[in-house]
Amino acid sequence: MRAPVKFLSVGYAAAIYTFIFLPVIVLVVFSLQSTAFPIPPFTGPSLRWYAAVLNDTRLTSALINSLIVASISSAIAVALGFLSAWGLARFVLVGSAAMRSLITLPLTVSYLIIGMGLVILFNMAGLPKSLLTAGIGHVVMNLPLCFAIIYSQMGDHQINIERAARDLGAKEWQVLLMVTMPVMWPAIFASLFLSMTFSWDEFVISFLLTRFDTTLPVEIWNLLRSGLNPKTNAVGSLVFVVSVTFAIILELILLRRRPS
Amino acid sequence: MRQREHTSTVRVLPWALVAPALLWTLLFFVLPFLAMGLLSLTPHEGSGITLSNYRQFFTNPSYYWAMINSLELTAMVTVISVLLAYPFAWILAEQVPVHWQRLALLFAVLPFWTSYVVRSYSWLLALSENGIINDALMGSGLFTHALQLANTRVATVIGFVHFFVMLLTLTIFANLKQLSPSYRKAAADLGAGPVNIFIHVILPLTLPGIMVGAFLTFVLTIGDYITPQILGGNNALVMSQLIMMQIGRRGDFPLASALALILMAVVTIAYIACARWLKIERT
Amino acid sequence: MSVALVDIKNISHNFGAVTVLTDVSLAITPGSYTVLLGPSGSGKTTLLSILGGFLVPSEGCVLIRGEDCTDVPPARRPTTTVFQDYALFPHMSVGSNVGFGLRMKGVAKPERERRARDILAIVGLAQAFDKKPHQLSGGQRQRVALARALVVEPAVLLLDEPLGALDLKLRRQMQDELKAIQKRVGTAFVHVTHDQEEAMALADHCVVMNNGRVEDEGTPERVYAQPATRFSATFMGESTLISGEVTKIKGNTTIVKTAFGSVPIVATAQEGAQVTLAIRPEHLLLIRKARSIPFGNARVTAVVFQGSFKRVLADSTSKSGPPFIAKVPVELQVAVGDLVSPCCHIEDLVMLTR
Repeated sequence: MRAPVKFLSVGYAAAIYTFIFLPVIVLVVFSLQSTAFPIPPFTGPSLRWYAAVLNDTRLTSALINSLIVASISSAIAVALGFLSAWGLARFVLVGSAAMRSLITLPLTVSYLIIGMGLVILFNMAGLPKSLLTAGIGHVVMNLPLCFAIIYSQMGDHQINIERAARDLGAKEWQVLLMVTMPVMWPAIFASLFLSMTFSWDEFVISFLLTRFDTTLPVEIWNLLRSGLNPKTNAVGSLVFVVSVTFAIILELILLRRRPS
Repeated sequence: MRQREHTSTVRVLPWALVAPALLWTLLFFVLPFLAMGLLSLTPHEGSGITLSNYRQFFTNPSYYWAMINSLELTAMVTVISVLLAYPFAWILAEQVPVHWQRLALLFAVLPFWTSYVVRSYSWLLALSENGIINDALMGSGLFTHALQLANTRVATVIGFVHFFVMLLTLTIFANLKQLSPSYRKAAADLGAGPVNIFIHVILPLTLPGIMVGAFLTFVLTIGDYITPQILGGNNALVMSQLIMMQIGRRGDFPLASALALILMAVVTIAYIACARWLKIERT
Repeated sequence: MSVALVDIKNISHNFGAVTVLTDVSLAITPGSYTVLLGPSGSGKTTLLSILGGFLVPSEGCVLIRGEDCTDVPPARRPTTTVFQDYALFPHMSVGSNVGFGLRMKGVAKPERERRARDILAIVGLAQAFDKKPHQLSGGQRQRVALARALVVEPAVLLLDEPLGALDLKLRRQMQDELKAIQKRVGTAFVHVTHDQEEAMALADHCVVMNNGRVEDEGTPERVYAQPATRFSATFMGESTLISGEVTKIKGNTTIVKTAFGSVPIVATAQEGAQVTLAIRPEHLLLIRKARSIPFGNARVTAVVFQGSFKRVLADSTSKSGPPFIAKVPVELQVAVGDLVSPCCHIEDLVMLTR
């Protein structure tokens, strides 16, 4: 009974892995295409499309815009999430449960609808579309996540070390700065990382809420309008490699942290 | 567990901490919703309160078919993704040697790091008439001419399933790993072979996790615009595409609002059903 | 002499480079209540896992009912285990949980339910048949786990620290019930624990383990009164230990020279051997009595009130003397700093060669 199961398992796993990696392979292989069509046959490795990407100022400025929006909106989301999580976890307030539900509510709503709501709101308020409006949308998207992650880490054991600090004479802000935040570091870091990842990759809200200056996913979308093009492969591969490298560095940092 | 502090700042401090997040949510989430709700009750041209937008949805076939398409698509994607992901997660959790599992899992979700838009585009490439899949199919001699795969519902399903197989593998894997080994030992001790252990112990205990994953798949699929738009072309439009059309081309925000709220209602119903099922499971 | 139901022959086991069991041999007789007693790391749980079939030993063999079961998996072995965390299937009712083993054997539903109800009645949970595990208390869950393991009529029932999660009062109650159920059902039990009181209360066959070996074996009364090793003397209850050397052997009497003089003991030993004399706290007297063996003087360092007696710790005034532990009646007036004269009757001395 063992051998056939093993055999089937290997076969099935191989098939799924192939399915999973298919688009990545297509993406990267044809980014090195030397002719103009990213379809078989593969015409030898060439870096011309990467050069084209780096020379495309729209793409490079979109990339920088993505980074800016991701960093700032994530920082805001984490800050708001942390403060509200601490407030709701440590103090008894009227309607705590309702507030918690409210803050996590956007998780259940499709980004399309969040984006749409904001378009309508900003229309009514007369605020033009820009990276700012997109950033606001990203905070709405990421705040519930940051809150949920950090709140879940504020367990009972946390209460005791904070009590000990107060007992030894620390004021409220000192407790926050010297005890709570350092211990919550992994949760803060995780929510920051996740927010940046979601914001960086996010399309719909950015699409609806930006106009001239856009983020990278929107710019890639615009590229798609012009048909199948190895340039798109190149920029996609670049994004992929950079993201994976970032993730690997993160993994190494986390692995180093683990023994402590 | 919350404690009562006995300093005088207790009245102000907690509210000061929670207020920013609350205000942001109220201003940029709740308010737009209210605005949408209000807008959905106004006509495209003119003013006043009307249910015409909602009526349009229920009377115009191309509108309510979009909902039917959405539901069909979502159901297909959810079922296929769960059926494909469960055995895969099981293999990773049970058959792969323990110290390789982390790496195997990492590899299984690596394509998450390609941008969502880019991933759909890559599928478009792979499935196009001259793409590698058609190439392989024709090369193997099974088919004599290229299949129309891109710009079809099949392509959309493939695109979605690709994403959700990765996501569900992750969640089901975690679920399987946190099952106490005692259950398996106890079942084996009482005479259960591997098949019986799976049917009577592992499957029922991972079912809630699968339900949550399935619900997540449902919600994310039904609200997604990118994959159907890139891979499905203009065939069998789904709700998200329909809504986008109203915003973009026609600029009919009232109708778009109504459609969005209807979509939200469907998701809410699914949520309640899922929550109820999970509650029943518990008792 | 009953035929052994379970014969454990020369079991040794290692996890990689770490040896957890060394040459353990044991026999379990039908209808007996065996307790494997030892501290953490003594190998008792590993031995139980080997008995249950969850581990295949590196060396040695296990015979159950005369058949070699060393590498037979748990499913096909005539043993069942009650796990420390009970492992009740949370999604099944109590009745289904108990009937699970029968179901795996192919027993039909009506028969399954009948037998499940019967065994639940024996453990005192007849009314819990339709409940779910999370609706029961810890003690009740434990009894369900017991019922589930017993209903399949195993040759031996294995219990892995079953009472560890219960509070003291509940534990004492469950100990009484376990003993009663075992007598009623008649199955041989093998019970692992680190609690020596539990071992003494339950066992008719007590196995003291340490560092992967069996230190001592026998009825609790004998193991307590005549411990075989220093470890046994101090793990199973407390003892005052006095080291000495055998100077002369006269027939079946051995003369042992200690820091307090020479002591004659009825026992056999090698001349010149290093031995230890052990005295149980209840046998150590603090006031000189006629015809008792004296142990010099000692200064009291602690007096601990324990309800029905007082526990007195005293340090010997002689530098090579041991710390004394004595159990005295509550009425005895003794305080920290008092000078006492520890002694004991000759028949209360136990000589340990290991």
